Amino acid sequence: MEIDVDMRERAAAGGDHPRGRSGPVCGTGRPSGASGGTGRPSGPAGGTRTTDAAAEAARLDALVVQVGRDRDREAFVALFRHFAPRLKSYLMRQGAAPGAADEVVQEVMVTIWRRADSFDPSLASAATWVFTIARNRRIDMIRREARPEIDPDDPALVPAAPEAADRLIEAGQDQRRLHGAIAELPPEQAELLRMAYFEDKPHSVIAAERGLPLGTVKSRLRLALERLRRAMGEER
Amino acid sequence: MTQASNRAPAAVPPLHHPGEAVLMDYAAGALSEAVGLIVATHLALCPACRAEVARLEAVGGALLEGMPDGEPDMDLLEGVLARLDAPAPAAPRRPAPHPASAVLPEPLRSYLGGDVGRIGWRRVMRGLEEALVDCGRDKVRLMRIRAGTAMPRHTHAGNEYTLVLAGGFSDALGHYLRGDFIATDAAIDHRPVADDGPDCLCLAVTDAPLRLTGPVGRLLNPFVQF
Repeated sequence: MEIDVDMRERAAAGGDHPRGRSGPVCGTGRPSGASGGTGRPSGPAGGTRTTDAAAEAARLDALVVQVGRDRDREAFVALFRHFAPRLKSYLMRQGAAPGAADEVVQEVMVTIWRRADSFDPSLASAATWVFTIARNRRIDMIRREARPEIDPDDPALVPAAPEAADRLIEAGQDQRRLHGAIAELPPEQAELLRMAYFEDKPHSVIAAERGLPLGTVKSRLRLALERLRRAMGEER
Repeated sequence: MTQASNRAPAAVPPLHHPGEAVLMDYAAGALSEAVGLIVATHLALCPACRAEVARLEAVGGALLEGMPDGEPDMDLLEGVLARLDAPAPAAPRRPAPHPASAVLPEPLRSYLGGDVGRIGWRRVMRGLEEALVDCGRDKVRLMRIRAGTAMPRHTHAGNEYTLVLAGGFSDALGHYLRGDFIATDAAIDHRPVADDGPDCLCLAVTDAPLRLTGPVGRLLNPFVQF
């Protein structure tokens, strides 16, 4: 939770931008007990990884909600500090030049600010929501293509059965267990998973580049997904 | 497969879905726009695949969390903060108001500028008309096949993805109705026959291997012919 301290210092020193609100930085929804420890490691560490990831996920969700509800710049700066470096890593891994990556990071952060009021933590975690924004901005700005997506209000859309909608909400909660499950994947599955998400190439192209039979790529991805589904509490 | 034909035209979920690797490519943003369009149009008709894509996006979120973090770029932050008070650009142009009922779901309907009634068809052969969809590098066609018409036997270079939007058709491997997503590769030599009854309306995308040229393409060639 040292991030908050840094953020307050900057807010105090920076003057012009994030004006601190009085009271706790993160307000409701944040596990207040979580910051009690002394300098917990921020990275994955043994058995506490899942707990850490859950507390961090709750903190990020609360920050996005705060930005959406209160137009809270301090919360926004905290989101920037968390996501901007990760977004830049993500975009550069996708092959973006540093300057182009910065441009997309800027667009993603501005989009977060503008759309935070549409964020629903019961449907997806903040990280998932930010991931989808970054994915779409990358396609738009770097690949210069459109991203075809459903329109949830389309009368031609076939609605989900009510119980399926409930399960989706649970999926949003269980997402927090994903961090641990990804960390425990066998290396060859984890590597393929990262390639699938970070290299802007469909799995068939990844297979060819790696000199792997397509069936091997598909079965490794399937095995990885089975493990992750179990972590998300999805029986299939 | 014959019991499938008892499905009501609209509200019953499809039986044939994109493979999970294709859904993962869609969630990751790795598909071409054309293949993305046919997958997204399937998602409009398939709640189960929508839920799966939501889970796969959660995997993307977790992977983003695991990216190297490092020090944030404070100059970039200044730039972002300076933009927060600028008015948001006008919302992207929305298509015309939703029709009370539509055969074509979004996002396909917007790509075509309206529902089936607005499409200018081009006759390909007896019993088959098509309309091209303007969508990136890959070729996307909407096909209207008169009831009972047998298509010429064919294979394809690369992968072909087909989505049934109305009516139905059969080939040696199955019977397909509205919402069904069929992936066929070059190894499949098939001869689809449209069902009797209403015309069969299908969206078809071929991801031509010619976009995979250069060093990657040469590596890929043996696999394209799997």
